Parts: sequence; structure tokens; C-alpha cells
Amino acid sequence: MPCSFGWGDDKVRGQSIIETEKLTKRYGAQTAVNELDLKIWEGEVFGFLGPNGAGKTTTLLMFLGLTEPTSGKVNVCGFDPKRDPLRVKEKVGYLPENVGFYDDMDARQNLQFVARLNRIPDEISAPRIDSWLKEVGLLEEAEKKVGIYSKGMRQRLGIAEVMIKEPRLIFLDEPTIGLDPDGTNRMLDLIHSLSREKNITVFLSSHLLDQVQRICDRVGIMIKGNLVAVGPIEELAKKKLGLDKEHYTLEEIYMKYFKEA
Amino acid sequence: MEDHFSSTRFLLISALIVMVGVIIASMVGMSIQEESKGMAKPTLLFLWLFTSTGKLFSFVQFIGFFGPLIGIILGFDAINRERVSRTLSKLIAQPIYRDSVINGKFLAGVVTIAIVLVAIILIISGLGIRLIGVVPGPEEVWRVAIYFIASLLYISFWLGISILFSVVFRSTATSALAALALWIFFSFFVSMGAGVLADAVAPISQSSTRVDPEIVIRHEKIQRVVSLFSPMTLYSEATSTVLDPMRKTTRGLLLMGPLERLSLARFQNPLTLPQSIYIVLPHLISIVAITFLCFGICYLFFMRQEIRTV
Repeated sequence: MPCSFGWGDDKVRGQSIIETEKLTKRYGAQTAVNELDLKIWEGEVFGFLGPNGAGKTTTLLMFLGLTEPTSGKVNVCGFDPKRDPLRVKEKVGYLPENVGFYDDMDARQNLQFVARLNRIPDEISAPRIDSWLKEVGLLEEAEKKVGIYSKGMRQRLGIAEVMIKEPRLIFLDEPTIGLDPDGTNRMLDLIHSLSREKNITVFLSSHLLDQVQRICDRVGIMIKGNLVAVGPIEELAKKKLGLDKEHYTLEEIYMKYFKEA
Repeated sequence: MEDHFSSTRFLLISALIVMVGVIIASMVGMSIQEESKGMAKPTLLFLWLFTSTGKLFSFVQFIGFFGPLIGIILGFDAINRERVSRTLSKLIAQPIYRDSVINGKFLAGVVTIAIVLVAIILIISGLGIRLIGVVPGPEEVWRVAIYFIASLLYISFWLGISILFSVVFRSTATSALAALALWIFFSFFVSMGAGVLADAVAPISQSSTRVDPEIVIRHEKIQRVVSLFSPMTLYSEATSTVLDPMRKTTRGLLLMGPLERLSLARFQNPLTLPQSIYIVLPHLISIVAITFLCFGICYLFFMRQEIRTV
């Protein structure tokens, strides 16, 4: 049974946490992101979909101020990542796909290093590190070198690392890739609870559509640099698959958009 | 950036330092005792510890030759290791400026080099004092201090080169090999090339009995100018002049002007410290310049690079 937590109408939402206006990035003659207009609401789980090379990562990098947009406006957590990248990065956590760690340090040291980069004093970060290690189920393995961690453990440690700075917004790039079914379920539950209990906005980029459908309030589909659809999954289903259809999957919607583009 | 100290790499370097220090000190200590036997009142004996060649090589030569390796070892994978282990994108997603990554890498390397050098110099001095029983005067301490700074800059230059390669090349092996290639180029081929070029431009005929002194001087000049392109030559000329007060010029005997030769013949006393510094100032400034230039290029490259996870 597909479910979504969409609020329905766009206008009754609270605060927006990301806003872009005609955001464009070109690499030479190639347009990676073309005039993107997007609003992300505080506390929602947003699924960002699209084939490989559609410009999803470029968009993420522009949100973080790691790459300069060619033109257009972008605002993240009230700051312009172009001008104030540090203020944005203080409030935003980013978990890249296949995140790396310093393999010769243990989990706690890795997290402490990130905490120090965020200028969090050790006495504040130490209990926070322990509670997040417990949350992601790595407290028993905290003393082991990260080099011997399995894929799933690394992914969970990545989540803990992102949460150390207590962000308002997190970007997750394929957070469940390489996890076993149980690990995937736990990861999805964790992401969902972050949004619901801590009011953290989750911006999720993934190819695993059934998972996106399970936890995302709204989705955006990007193809060849253009945002072709955005909205709650139900709404897109109505629009693309017809009003009468009750049992739909996100994959059907996605494929329909993909073929049209 | 404390990771330099805990790594096996640092352990390796430390072992090397202790070995080198002990070997040089004992080797030189013995030979100094022999050399100074005939002298009535040897001056500035302490500095001999660093410049005397002993049986194999002097400390100054050793650093001139192998110092670059320390820089290369510390820097060749600074950036691309972070890239390979995928920690770089995470690192710059933290609220730090992007240049603090590269500044941190460079500064951490410089501090490590400084500690390494201080350790070697102290080992040699300590053992030397015990073996030959000379206590350094203030002037000697100053000379060693200047030598230390020059060496620090020189090795930092190589650190900068290797960090630059680690920014440019994605694979750590490539950047290590490129840095080593450059090191070999400067240590062997530039001096060789200088000779070849000088021979080509101003050939000295071996067959004729009479050699035109003009040509010999031109030959020497060209060779010198070309070899000065190598930071190794810059460094070894500068440091050997600073450490050896009897050396009054960095030029060879042939290239001196008549007045310079006259003064050399007249005044047999060692140079005072400011005079020694004055002679090598251009060398020192050049070393500073290339070090900063190198780091500047490295900085620009790093700041302009697109950071992609893939």
C-alpha cells in the first residue's frame, strides 16, 4: 500500500528552507541545471529523482556553496550559499554517496574530528557522539578502526556524522545503497523520525523509487537539467496516471515522465 | 592536522633522522679530531660538524640531496588521498573555508619538517659536543639558526611541489612519481645539462695547448647560470657559505673579479656573520620566492578545482 505524507496544497505550508529562482549551472556549452525553480519546506522529506547525470549532484553542490551557479538565485536556511557558504554549511549536513572516513581512526575519533571542524567543544560533542552512535547502533563498535567497517556500518556512521552538528537540513545522496533489507528499513525509519520528531528537513536523492515512495512527502523529478515535475506523489499520480487509478507506484510515474522527456 | 605524527610514515622519518644524526656526528667527529690535530688554534670548530665531509658526506650535502625526499614523502598524497578515500567532499562540506584545508596541509608539513630538522641538528650538536668537546659560541649558533631556516624553506619548497602534484594528479602513485622525477631532474640532470649546454655554447678545445681564458670564463659562467636554476644548487651554495665563514663568495675561483681575488688574498680572516648573510641573501630570497610561488600555484589550483564526488 503506497502511502505519502503530503499536505496536499502548496500554499498552506510553513516556512521554506530552500528557495531557488532560475538557478542555472553551465559547464562550457553544456547546461547541467537549467533555470531551476524549487521550494523546499521546513520539516519535509523531499525526494529528488532523476537519471544519472541529470544534474542532481550539481544542484546539491550549488545548495552547499561548493560550486558557483552560473546565474539565478538560491537561498538555503536564509543565507546565500554563494556569499555565505560557511553559514550555510553550519546549518546543513551533507552525506555524499559512498562517504569516506579516515580509516586509521575509530568511529568516535572520526566523529570528533568533524565536531571539531564545526567548532563544537569536546565536552559538548562527546555525549552527542555517544548518543548518535547509539541511535545508529554502532556504540559497541565505536572503538574499532573504521577501516574494517562493513558498507552498512559506514553508511550508518555517515548519518551519525551528519547529525553531529545538529543541522536543520540534511542532504542525503543514496543513503540506503548497499544496505541489507533490515538495515534499509532501519535507515528509512531513522530518516523518517528525524523529520517528524526533530523537524529536520531531509533532501533525499535516490534511484530506489520504492523507498522514496515510502518516506517522501514530495518528490521532484529532474531530467537533463530540467525539473519536469514536483509535488506530492499522489498529486503526480493523479496528473500522470489518471484520476481513477488507486494502486500506483512511483516507478510508473517516473517512467512516464522519463519517456516524455 | 595532527595525523602526521601518528602515522607510520613519521615513524620511518624519525628512524631515519636518528640514524643520520648519529652516523654523521660520529663520522665527522672522528675526522675533525684528525684534521684539527696540526692546527694551532682552530676557529669555529663547531660549524665543522655540519660542513666537514668526514668519510662519506657532510650533513649539509645530505640535506641538500635527501631533504627534498622528506618534503615529498610528507606531501605527495596530501590532497589526492582525501579524494581517493572520499573524505574531501565531506571535509569541505563542513563550515570551514576551502583554503584552510590546503593551508592546514602545508602548515602541518612545515611544522613536521621543522621538528625533524631541529631534532637532527640537536642530535649532531649534542653528540659533537660530547665527542670533540667544543662549545658553540653565539655566532656559531646564529649561523646554525640561519642554516636551519634556509633548510626549512628549501624542504618546504619540495613539500609545496609535492602538494601541488597531489592536487593536480588524481592518483597518489602518479603524484609521487612525478615529484620524484622532478627531484631526480634537479639533482642530476640540471648540473649535467649545465655542463653540456656550456660545452655547446662555449666549447673548450681539449687538443690545443693554449686555452683562451675568455672562453673558459664564458663556459664557467653559463654553467653556473644554468645550474642556479636548480633549487638544489641555490640551497647548497647558500648554506655552505653561511656555515663556512672562510667561504667569501659563492662563485668559483675563475669567475671572480680582480678586486675580489685581491681581497681574498689579502684578508685571510673568516667573514663576519652579516657579511656571510649579505653574500647569500640573493640565494635565500630566491628560495623564499620559489617556495611561495609554488604554494601559490598549488593554492590557486586547489581553489579553482571542481569538487565532485565522482
